[in-house]
Amino acid sequence: MKYIDEFRDGTLARRIADAIAAEVEPGRAYNLMEFCGGHTHAISRYGITDLLPPAVRMIHGPGCPVCVLPIGRIDLAIGLALEQRAIVCTYGDCLRVPASDNLSLLKAKARGGDVRMIYSPADALAVAEAHPDREVVFFAIGFETTTPPTALVIQEAARRGLANFSVLCNHVLTPAAITNILESPEVRKLGTLPLDGFIGPAHVSTIIGSQPYEFFAEEYRKPVVIAGFEPLDVMQAILMLVRQINEDRAEVENEFTRAVTREGNLKAQALVSEVFELRRSFEWRGLGEVPYSALRIRAAYAAFDAERRFGLETRSVADNKACECGAILRGVKQPRDCKVFGTVCTPETPIGSCMVSSEGACAAYYSYGRFREISVVAPA
Amino acid sequence: MSGVRPGYVRPLDIRNGRIDMSHGSGGRAMAQLVEQLFAAAFDNEWLAQRNDQALLPRPEGRIVMSTDCHVVSPLFFPGGDIGCLSVHGTINDVAMSGARPLWLAAGFILEEGFPLADLQRIVESMARAARDAGVPVVTGDTKVVEAGKGDGVFITTTGVGVVPPGLVLGGDRARPGDRIIVSGTVGDHGMAVMSQRESLAFATDLVSDTAALHGLVAAMVEAVPEVRALRDPTRGGLATTLNEIAGQSGVGMTIDEAAVPVRRQVEAACEFLGLDPLYVANEGKLVAIVPAERAERLLAVMREHPLGRDAALIGEVTEDAHRFVQMRTRFGGRRIVDWLAGDQLPRIC
Repeated sequence: MKYIDEFRDGTLARRIADAIAAEVEPGRAYNLMEFCGGHTHAISRYGITDLLPPAVRMIHGPGCPVCVLPIGRIDLAIGLALEQRAIVCTYGDCLRVPASDNLSLLKAKARGGDVRMIYSPADALAVAEAHPDREVVFFAIGFETTTPPTALVIQEAARRGLANFSVLCNHVLTPAAITNILESPEVRKLGTLPLDGFIGPAHVSTIIGSQPYEFFAEEYRKPVVIAGFEPLDVMQAILMLVRQINEDRAEVENEFTRAVTREGNLKAQALVSEVFELRRSFEWRGLGEVPYSALRIRAAYAAFDAERRFGLETRSVADNKACECGAILRGVKQPRDCKVFGTVCTPETPIGSCMVSSEGACAAYYSYGRFREISVVAPA
Repeated sequence: MSGVRPGYVRPLDIRNGRIDMSHGSGGRAMAQLVEQLFAAAFDNEWLAQRNDQALLPRPEGRIVMSTDCHVVSPLFFPGGDIGCLSVHGTINDVAMSGARPLWLAAGFILEEGFPLADLQRIVESMARAARDAGVPVVTGDTKVVEAGKGDGVFITTTGVGVVPPGLVLGGDRARPGDRIIVSGTVGDHGMAVMSQRESLAFATDLVSDTAALHGLVAAMVEAVPEVRALRDPTRGGLATTLNEIAGQSGVGMTIDEAAVPVRRQVEAACEFLGLDPLYVANEGKLVAIVPAERAERLLAVMREHPLGRDAALIGEVTEDAHRFVQMRTRFGGRRIVDWLAGDQLPRIC
């Protein structure tokens, strides 16, 4: 395919792999966290770890919007569908996330809730226009990438004077989550989570730019390379990180120059701050309460804020005790360290959120790489 | 003088008429629908018996039978419709045993309010597909459900066929070392249907691959009777079919990403919708498992047939107690090609 194939070329991959293997220093470990679930998915789907020397270890970060969504927030959406009889529109990945009472949005749908899968927030707006007699709620999730479209539909709803449309906003922020990980006891005190560098998110950075990561590089002495989601992007970023670590540099480098600038998309940033403001605190699955890590709808758009409109209060619900999603999202554990991985918890019957989205570490391991966990080797 | 014309029934108003509850009630309206629409289109000697069953001659050899329900949405899609799909689907299920399909039965569940013009279009497409395949629809049934309780029309077809003597095919017969062949590009049907979805419509020249494969199968089993297994990768796509066979046979498989034929349009559409062509449905493709030494011959025979022109050898069967289907990625790594989790796309066949 034009433009895509070039970034999945096996020969080039081998060349970068050779360079990485040649440049890793003997006796040195390279613990690299890819923050974003898109990278986790690419690493598993293309078998990137097969091309890396053992010294390079990839740690999967919390950048999977579905994975970090706390149970309490999904409970709110289920309540809207089943009790308020609202039409709840959301992205496909959200439908199967396990919530309280053995429910999910998909199961709520089977119980008669009107839950609809959409591809774009604009679809939710169209549903609201088509059903003026019903309450239509868009259950919005995602990092900075998906926030501007949500802001746009809220503005558009205001412009059209839609009285039956609102948004249950769960938009979260990448830099706050990275700070949280870097400040965690596992990284700072216990040293149980060695972190030598970050692969920064591609699409998020098209919006916020590369500038916000400069703080981590400087303050925490961690190199960051912002990379695209194609497998060659990831390989190239790993090579760039290996070089920074070898040269004892801690800088923000941009591998994804075809879309990311230092400043980011100023127009989108302005749009977001026009509609949203920072929440004082927001619960993340795995990370717990993280200060100033999420957005809520500004008072000027209160009419479109489902939380205000329906008087919603988020209740914090503990994860299943056997589930290690929390530790996996912090990078402290690997999917194989979880007792229920691949036994009780599978993509068909997920216990934890990391097994739901294809960007979740557990789902990626299970679907693409579980042969590695039981050391069955395919013929070369 | 009376104007009564004994036995006269006003013809169906195909252009403006709609299905109503009386079309399923067993009365005159139903009889008329059957006569004017179904019997007229399918017209064959068995249907002409006009009994509740078709009285058929006893075929020689082992009989196979298969049934398939069709609930596709939208009913009409580029390259086909639910009518021809319901014929091809069942013919293919019968043919994957190596059998020659002989007869079909068809059951229709119609929704009150469904336009007769659409029904006629569907039935005629079905009749044409059956005629082209040489497999007549010999018996059938129609029911009507209230508006809102169906989705226009659901069609169930059942097929009967006979397996040539000595031929034994089955998903449990794959052995380590066997080769895996696919008869052409994968994902065409699913993406053609997707492109028409109201919530998702995108412009493409892609058409469904819906086709009856029994001609191709006949050529294959005649030339290479050693073929171990055939299966059509419909719902769940190629990945699902490979996992089924690996599971049944207690083997593993390894395929080459670069060897799997995928149309550019399918690849592109999958790319932006976040789908994997390996999981997208086909309605005119088959997977063959064949002993390694017969693979080249089978491939050559398939490529001579119009429905196997793009046939490709995509991998081999391996020994693996875990029954994993693995893929060597174009990128140079390896990964599992797993069972589909959840539902990649709703209602495509």
